[in-house]
Amino acid sequence: MQINEQMIREIIVQVMQGMEQPKPTTNAVATGRPMTLVEKGEARPGTRADEVIIALAPAFAKYQNKTIVNVPHSDVLREMIAGIEEEGLNARVIRVLRTSDVAFAAHDATKLSGSGIAIGIQSRGTSVIHQKDLPPLSNLELFSQSPLLDLPAYRAIGRNAAKYAKGESPTPVPTKNDQMARPKFQAKAAVLHIKETEHVVQGAKPIEIEVKF
Amino acid sequence: MKRSKRFEVLAARPVNQDGFVKEWPEVGLIAMGSPNDPIPSIKIENGKIVEMDGVARSNFDFIEQFIADYAIDVKVAEKAMAMEASQIAKMLVDVNVSRKEVVDIVRGLTAAKLVAVFNTMNVVEMMMAMQKMRARKTPSNQCHITNVNDNPVLIAADGAEAALRGFDEMETTVAVVRYAPFNALALLIGSQAGRGGTLIQCALEEATELELGMRGITAYAETISVYGTENVFVDGDDTPWSKAFLASAYASRGLKMRFTSGTGSEVQMGYAEGKSMLYLEIRCIMLTRGAGVQGLQNGSVSCIGVPAAVPSGIRAVLAENLCAAMLDMEVASSNDQTFTHSDIRRTARTLMQFLPGTDFICSGYSGVPNYDNMFAGSNWDVDDYDDWNIMQRDLKVDGGLRPASEEEVIAVRNKAARGLQAVFKELGFPAITDEEVEAATYAHGSKDVPARNVVEDLKAAQELMSRGITGIDIVKALAKNGFNDLAGHILNILKQRISGDYLHTSAILDKDFNVISAVNSRNDYRGPGTGYQMSDERWNEIKNISQAINPSDYDA
Repeated sequence: MQINEQMIREIIVQVMQGMEQPKPTTNAVATGRPMTLVEKGEARPGTRADEVIIALAPAFAKYQNKTIVNVPHSDVLREMIAGIEEEGLNARVIRVLRTSDVAFAAHDATKLSGSGIAIGIQSRGTSVIHQKDLPPLSNLELFSQSPLLDLPAYRAIGRNAAKYAKGESPTPVPTKNDQMARPKFQAKAAVLHIKETEHVVQGAKPIEIEVKF
Repeated sequence: MKRSKRFEVLAARPVNQDGFVKEWPEVGLIAMGSPNDPIPSIKIENGKIVEMDGVARSNFDFIEQFIADYAIDVKVAEKAMAMEASQIAKMLVDVNVSRKEVVDIVRGLTAAKLVAVFNTMNVVEMMMAMQKMRARKTPSNQCHITNVNDNPVLIAADGAEAALRGFDEMETTVAVVRYAPFNALALLIGSQAGRGGTLIQCALEEATELELGMRGITAYAETISVYGTENVFVDGDDTPWSKAFLASAYASRGLKMRFTSGTGSEVQMGYAEGKSMLYLEIRCIMLTRGAGVQGLQNGSVSCIGVPAAVPSGIRAVLAENLCAAMLDMEVASSNDQTFTHSDIRRTARTLMQFLPGTDFICSGYSGVPNYDNMFAGSNWDVDDYDDWNIMQRDLKVDGGLRPASEEEVIAVRNKAARGLQAVFKELGFPAITDEEVEAATYAHGSKDVPARNVVEDLKAAQELMSRGITGIDIVKALAKNGFNDLAGHILNILKQRISGDYLHTSAILDKDFNVISAVNSRNDYRGPGTGYQMSDERWNEIKNISQAINPSDYDA
C-alpha cells in the first residue's frame, strides 16, 4: 500500500476527532464488532495467579481502531481474550500510558499481573508475550512483523500467554516472516507509531480497563 | 477516466509495490535538510564547549552534553568550524588531501556542520570520499545466518557455506529468543567449518548478548543501539553513559564490538523532534566516537524503509556511512534489510557502498534464503550469490565474496552439521539424527529440513546457559570426537580474547588467524594506483566463474 498525503491527512483527522471528545472514558470502536472500553482508574497489582494481563498501548482502540493491515482492534482484543479463556485463565486489560514501546508496556504489565505474564500490543498490531523478571527488552515470544498478524495469530498469542501463566512450556506460536513487509509497510508503521506516541503521558500510571463487547 | 494501458503496466511494476511518502518535516519525516535542523556554531571557553549548534551548554540535552565533552576535539574545533562546508567537501574528494588531514579536521566539527558538508555533496562525490576515508584498506563483507524455525543443524551448515564463500563476519538472531544459545553455538561451529577465523555474533537483548560473548560462544557484538534523541534513549531505559559502560564491558573481556544506529530510527519510534534523519544519525555517530567505540553499523539498517520512502533518502544513507568513516571508525554499512520489491532499486542502493568499498559492504547479506532471514529479509540473499560474484567480475570490484563449487559447498555444509551433531551428543543435548545432517547438507532452506522438537531444544538451550558451558567446553567436545581442526579454530578465536589484537579498528581475521585491521592495513588511498589494489591471486579467484566457457574446450 502506498502512503500518500491523503492517508496522512485521514489519520490526522481521525486523531483530531479523538482529541476533540471531552476526556473520553469510553469510546465505541468504529469498525469490527462493537466494543466499549471503560477506564476504571489506576491499575493495581493482581493477586490471582490465574490472570494474564493484556497491556494496550496509549492509542489502542481509543485514538486508532485498526491494525496496520486493517484488522479491527475490537476483534483483536476479543480473540486474545478468547485465547486466554480457552486455557481456563482470566484476561485483565490495562492501558499503559508512560510509553508506546511494546516491550516496556508489556514489562510494566508483568509486574501487575498475578501470574507474572502479560501481553503487550500496539495499535499497529505489534505484540509481545512477556514475563516478570526477564530483562525488559527480552521476551518469551515477540511478534514484530505486525502486517503478518491475523486474528488466528492473536488468539494463539492469548492461548500461549495463558499456558506460560500455568507454568507450561508451549510450542511458540509459529513465526511468520515476509521479507517484503518492510518495503510495503515500514513508512506506514512509522506514521502509525508517531500517532501512538503522541498519546504517551510521561510518568503516568497504567489504567485498569473494563472491556464490554 | 479511461486507463492508459501503459500506465496499467507501470502500476504493476515491482517498484510500485513499495511504500513512498512525501516529506513531513514537522515530525522529522525528511531525510536531509529539515528546516528545523540547527545552524552550525561553536563557542569554547577555558577548553570547554559552552555553545554548540545554537544551543547554550545549560540547555544541552544529554546527547549534546556527551558529544560536546567526549566527541569534539576542542583543540581544532574553532579552526575546523571556521571553514566553509564546501571547502571541507572538496578536501574529501581531493586525492591530494590525505585521509589523515581530513580526519584531523572532522574531529573539530559539530553535527550541524557535518550535515552542512553532506548537503553540498552528490552521491558520486560521497563514493569518492568513501574510497579514501574507509578505515581498513581491504574491503570486506558480513552475512546473516538465521532460519524461521531456529533449526541449529541448518544454521551450522549455512554458516559453513557462507564462510567458504568469503564472509569475514556473520551474524545470527532468533525467531524465539530462548533458542539463542543454540543459534550462537551452531553458527560458531558452522563458521569454523567453512573458513577458520570467521568471526560470529548473535544479535539479542544486550545482557544476553554480552553473556554469550563472555562465554566465548560468540566472537563479537554489534547490536548495541544508540539513538539521536533523548526520548528514544529514555524509552529504552538507556543513556549515552550506560551504552559507553556496556562498550567498556566488552573491551574488558577482550571482545570486539561496535555500536549500531541509523537514519529513520527516531522518526520510526515517534521522537524525531522535527529534525532530519541525517542530522539525528550524525549525533549517533559522534556519540559512538565519544564512547571510544572502534566502529559502527549504520546505513539506516532495520529502518531503511523510512529513509527509502522519502526523497534523497538513499543519498542520506551513504552520507551516514561516510560520516562514520570520516570519524575514523570501522563502518559496517548495512545493505542488509529489504526496502524494495524492485531488483533495479535494490542494486542501485548497494552500488553506493559496493563500488567504493567499505569495511563491511553488507551487514549483512542474507546467507540463507530470504524467507528464513529473521532480520525480516535482506537486500541480498543466497539466490543472488552468482549475481554478486558476476558484478565483482564485471566491474573488477572486491565485494568480499568468491565463487564456490558445488562440491566444496556440500563438503563444508556436511562437516559443520556433523560437528554440531557430535557436540550435541557430547553435551547431552537432544540428538541430531543422520537424516537431519543429510537434509541440512543439501538444503536450500528450512523448508527442506525435518522439524525438531522445539520444546526439548528450548529446555536444552537454557541448560547450556545454566550449566555454565563455555567456548572451551565446545573445543573439548569437538576434539574428543575427532574434529581437531574445528577445535583448533575455535581455540584460536578464544585466544584473541587474551591478545586483544582484534580490538583494533576494523579488525578481521584471515584464515591463519592473523589480524587485518586499520592499524596494519591502513587505507592509504591517494588517487589512481594507490589504496586497495586487488592482487592477481584475488582477481583470478573472482574471474574464475564456472559459468564462463573456456575457448580452448572447442579446439579439436
